[in-house]
Amino acid sequence: MTVPQDGPWLDDDAGRLVRPYTVSNGRTRPTVVLDLLSMVKATGRVPEAHLDPDHARALGLCYDPTSVAEVAAHLRLPVVVTKVLLADLADCGAVTTRTPGPAADPADRSVLETVLNGLQRLL
Amino acid sequence: MAYNDSSESLPTALKVLIAGGFGVGKTTFVSAVSEIQPLSTEELLTSASVRTDSLTGVENKSTTTVAMDFGRITLDPQHVLYLFGTPGQERFWFMWDELSNGALGAVVLADTRRLEDCFAAVDFFELRGIDFLVAVNEFDGAFHYEPDEVRAALGLKPHVPVVLCDARHSHSATSVLASLIQHLLAATTSYSA
Ligand SMILES: Nc1nc2c(ncn2[C@@H]2O[C@H](COP(=O)(O)OP(=O)(O)OP(=O)(O)O)[C@@H](O)[C@H]2O)c(=O)[nH]1
Ligand SMILES: [Mg+2]
Repeated sequence: MTVPQDGPWLDDDAGRLVRPYTVSNGRTRPTVVLDLLSMVKATGRVPEAHLDPDHARALGLCYDPTSVAEVAAHLRLPVVVTKVLLADLADCGAVTTRTPGPAADPADRSVLETVLNGLQRLL
Repeated sequence: MAYNDSSESLPTALKVLIAGGFGVGKTTFVSAVSEIQPLSTEELLTSASVRTDSLTGVENKSTTTVAMDFGRITLDPQHVLYLFGTPGQERFWFMWDELSNGALGAVVLADTRRLEDCFAAVDFFELRGIDFLVAVNEFDGAFHYEPDEVRAALGLKPHVPVVLCDARHSHSATSVLASLIQHLLAATTSYSA
């Protein structure tokens, strides 16, 4: 087992809710695997006040289900950085996530029919 | 695990790419169909993601920023369609695997005054096996070509639909998306038949 070398997340008994400064540590390998179009939603279990400003801002964008891409756009941060923030939020239970698996098969007829029906309602 | 979160109730995100040459109307198209003001997001692409030698790659890697604009259509409470307009001027988005992975399909916008500008997108989608159609964005003052003339000029396979549109109008752009999905449905039928 490898022991993490970059420190800040070791003091879990202090009750820190997220590992701070993950972005400035340059750690860009989130524990939750998020996609550009993973959907995220705040659980309401972690108050923004318990978070540092970056994480709090990200959480504030997730009260309605939204995508990683949308959060990144509103934060004006690159997708890769946004994923780190959101993965931290997922790790501490502040958001739930849903990542379109490889099961989101482009050739799935029922999905395509749903899309077509949705578009035709707009026409 | 089944119940410690509510992720099952989160909608599924689907994606369609809107590609084509510089200034062909991609952003206009996305704005016309999107229910939100188009947003812009960027990704940092590292040339090391080309999966070269993992030991020497570290020193050689260079980073590029690719910005994409995108919009959203809520189809029903469980399905959200995202439309990503690819940047026309540079081709770095071709390296952004995550963008095209899992895309339902793509719209290649073409301007008949500069048809060759969409060759790169056509080639890319053919290579990746992503189904697409070509939508000719009819600019004022552009010579009118019949879809078959465009097909011939682009060397498209016979099954690739060519449609005409006005990317400024929501109805026209939404119809293009519907045509794309109909094309994808027809393709799944013929594969499984
Ligand atoms: N007449 C006419 N003008 C259009 C149409 N579609 C787009 N335009 C205009 O063409 C210009 C370029 O459109 P954009 O939507 O910015 O093109 P783009 O493909 O996003 O451009 P890049 O992202 O820079 O590659 C804008 O001034 C649009 O208003 C169309 O169908 N007809
Ligand atoms: Mg544009």
